[in-house]
Amino acid sequence: MSQNNAVELSCRECGTRYPLEARAVCDECFGPVEVVYNLDRVRSSTDARATAHGPPSLWRYATLLPDLAPELRVDLGAGWTPLRRARRLGDALGLTELWIKDDTVNPTGSFKDRVVSVALSAARAFGFDTVACASTGNLAGATAAAAAATGMRSYVFVPRDIEPAKIVAAAAYGSTVVAVDGSYDQANRLCSELAEEYPWAFVNVSLRPYYAEGSKTLAFETAEQLGWALPDHVVVPIASGALLTKIHQGFRELVDAGLVESSAVRISGAQATGCSPVSQAFREGSADIRPQRPATIARSLAIGTPADGRYALSVVRETGGAIEDVSDEQIRDGIMLLARTEGIFAETAGGVTIAVLRSLCERGVIARHERTVAYVTGNGLKTVDALDGSAPPAFEVGPTIESFEAAAGRLPTRSGARA
Amino acid sequence: MIRLKIPTILRNATDDASILEVRGATVGEALVAAIERHPGLEDRLFDEDGRLRRFLNVFVDEEDIRFEQGLDTPVAPGQTVSLLPAVAGGCDSWR
Repeated sequence: MSQNNAVELSCRECGTRYPLEARAVCDECFGPVEVVYNLDRVRSSTDARATAHGPPSLWRYATLLPDLAPELRVDLGAGWTPLRRARRLGDALGLTELWIKDDTVNPTGSFKDRVVSVALSAARAFGFDTVACASTGNLAGATAAAAAATGMRSYVFVPRDIEPAKIVAAAAYGSTVVAVDGSYDQANRLCSELAEEYPWAFVNVSLRPYYAEGSKTLAFETAEQLGWALPDHVVVPIASGALLTKIHQGFRELVDAGLVESSAVRISGAQATGCSPVSQAFREGSADIRPQRPATIARSLAIGTPADGRYALSVVRETGGAIEDVSDEQIRDGIMLLARTEGIFAETAGGVTIAVLRSLCERGVIARHERTVAYVTGNGLKTVDALDGSAPPAFEVGPTIESFEAAAGRLPTRSGARA
Repeated sequence: MIRLKIPTILRNATDDASILEVRGATVGEALVAAIERHPGLEDRLFDEDGRLRRFLNVFVDEEDIRFEQGLDTPVAPGQTVSLLPAVAGGCDSWR
């Protein structure tokens, strides 16, 4: 019953078309190529009732994805994550309807499981037996896990100094972890060069058009979980900028496919001040992104030359959103605020999102009654080092009541009285 | 001489050469020297306004020239200038 509605690749800049193949850039102008679908087929094969009975993963939206060979789909259960009504955080920020899209609960703890599901499915359809990626850490884990589960070999290239938990996890899944003495941007360049020499599927290089499509499912799920309606305002972290542009695209596609009523969605972006090339361009009113050398605890957002930065910038401007950046201290505060109001422990990128959300509320950019969704894309257990000293044990005691009470002081007891 | 590394995507303009040995004191001069030898490179490297194509990244050894002085970035004999397409995504869906 499923069918592949993707028909070809097309260059975003000059429109040159290519068959569905492992390709990221246009031969003519080097512009990015992207997956194009047949809208009539999408419309006739997509409806809300069928989706409701689909699998509890991102593949419930297969008619809106490059589903090249349905029998070879990679499905570890990525996606279909909770959209949590955040009443306590909303109260703290002065919003009447705030939601958190909680992607901390994906199989490897980040939204990268979505993009990898689509990219590795494409890799299998194209007959690759080895996959690879450049990663700030989360993609490495997602790629390693999905490769393991499908019996593919994987090589993941990460900056040597990322969070140890991310390297350990990728290695535990059996991936060949290559620790690069350099930044993410340098690891990414290395992968671009290796992609010329090795017959591997580089998920965020040669399979980037497919990979990026996976991010649209964050928009699809948000709309379905809101009862097939669009939010008024969303806040999205920006690393390469692909996630933000794809969430925007996802909302538009739902309208075009006839699944939701058209309504304006304002899209705002969040960066860390220590790596804020897109935020800086937004502030300066520039269309060009000046590259930066990242220095921030938000390692998963530390891309100094964001490939999709220009597109993210124009989406935010078109939709009437804003882009802000926040300090490492604000990021830690954001992590704690979300954890303490909603019981969601996010990694540093989530701290960036919440801290920017807070700032946008304080400055009145987000109005009190806007139906707002914040995207929390990774699990806090991956970046505990970033909270060094910020969340220590309250007391260190011996295993006796006396020791506890000596440390904790006077607290109400069952009898109401203390010795 | 400066080593100019040519990515696969450009080799149809260089008779399949993956490395060109060229002279020049800046990145721009090195590219002009390459174009003199392989005129087909000009349209591939520069847009209609004569600007380096936006999706083409250029490195001198490890350094992205956007962190330096762009096409005016100095190069010395023995250094390698690498051309690499940037990889980005987009957002138009239907055909």
